[in-house]
Amino acid sequence: MPWPPSRPAAVISPSGAEAPVSLAPVNVHTARLRFKTRLFTALVILSSVSGNFSLSWGMREVGRLISASPMAYVRAVFNPWVALGISLLLVWLFAQMALLSWADLSYVLPVTSIGYVLSALAGKIFMHERISGWRSAGILLIVAGVLLVARTAPHRSGAAS
Amino acid sequence: MRWLLVALIAVATTASDVMQAAAMKRHGEIHDFRPGALRRVFALLARNRMILGSVAVMAVSFFAFIALLSVADLSFAVPATAASYVLETILAKYLLHEPVSLERWAGASLVACGVALLSL
Repeated sequence: MPWPPSRPAAVISPSGAEAPVSLAPVNVHTARLRFKTRLFTALVILSSVSGNFSLSWGMREVGRLISASPMAYVRAVFNPWVALGISLLLVWLFAQMALLSWADLSYVLPVTSIGYVLSALAGKIFMHERISGWRSAGILLIVAGVLLVARTAPHRSGAAS
Repeated sequence: MRWLLVALIAVATTASDVMQAAAMKRHGEIHDFRPGALRRVFALLARNRMILGSVAVMAVSFFAFIALLSVADLSFAVPATAASYVLETILAKYLLHEPVSLERWAGASLVACGVALLSL
């Protein structure tokens, strides 16, 4: 029985090379690492997208904030949406730290950038921001880049990419 | 003003990510996700200078980011923060000694171009 028993659906990486179904410890370790990587990648993406969205929503309520006065920032932080956004970004921080404890930065960054695509879509759906032709092209490029990097092993000790 | 904030965000984000990655690499893989073990990891990292530095720079980037959000759309602000993709990949290779394969270079470059297009 390969581990993990079922794959989380929300995860991007379509790994080209599946670990052979074998009970050798090294393969179990690789499969476990892949599962962890997917789980935390999904967590990093979801928390950053929802956190940024929440912050953005809150900042619309707070209004213009380019100010030398720290009080303006303190007032912003007490907006419920800004507070929720900050909490979600704390989740993001811890999830990313955990992910970086076993995965390379040059893997994590591009792969989690699919979050920009989700942010753009959230902006379109909930805030009625326009997605121009250029933006659509940008979305396609990001998706291509993410797919490319997701094919590489997340860690230096993993299989050669 | 917008672009000044964007530059500040890019530099601060890069510094924060690289410091965070360096500290977590040195810490090593987190295996144990039980609450007690996570608390110990947290206590250890909360005293780590590199992590503290990374969080401090992240705070700079964060406040610059919410300042930017107050004058610009989310779909301008978020892509603009990603101006640092290629820079971070270069630092990952030469500072963190990560194996950056051709696929990773190509992927990071595609993402950087895509992100730049997103802000149009």
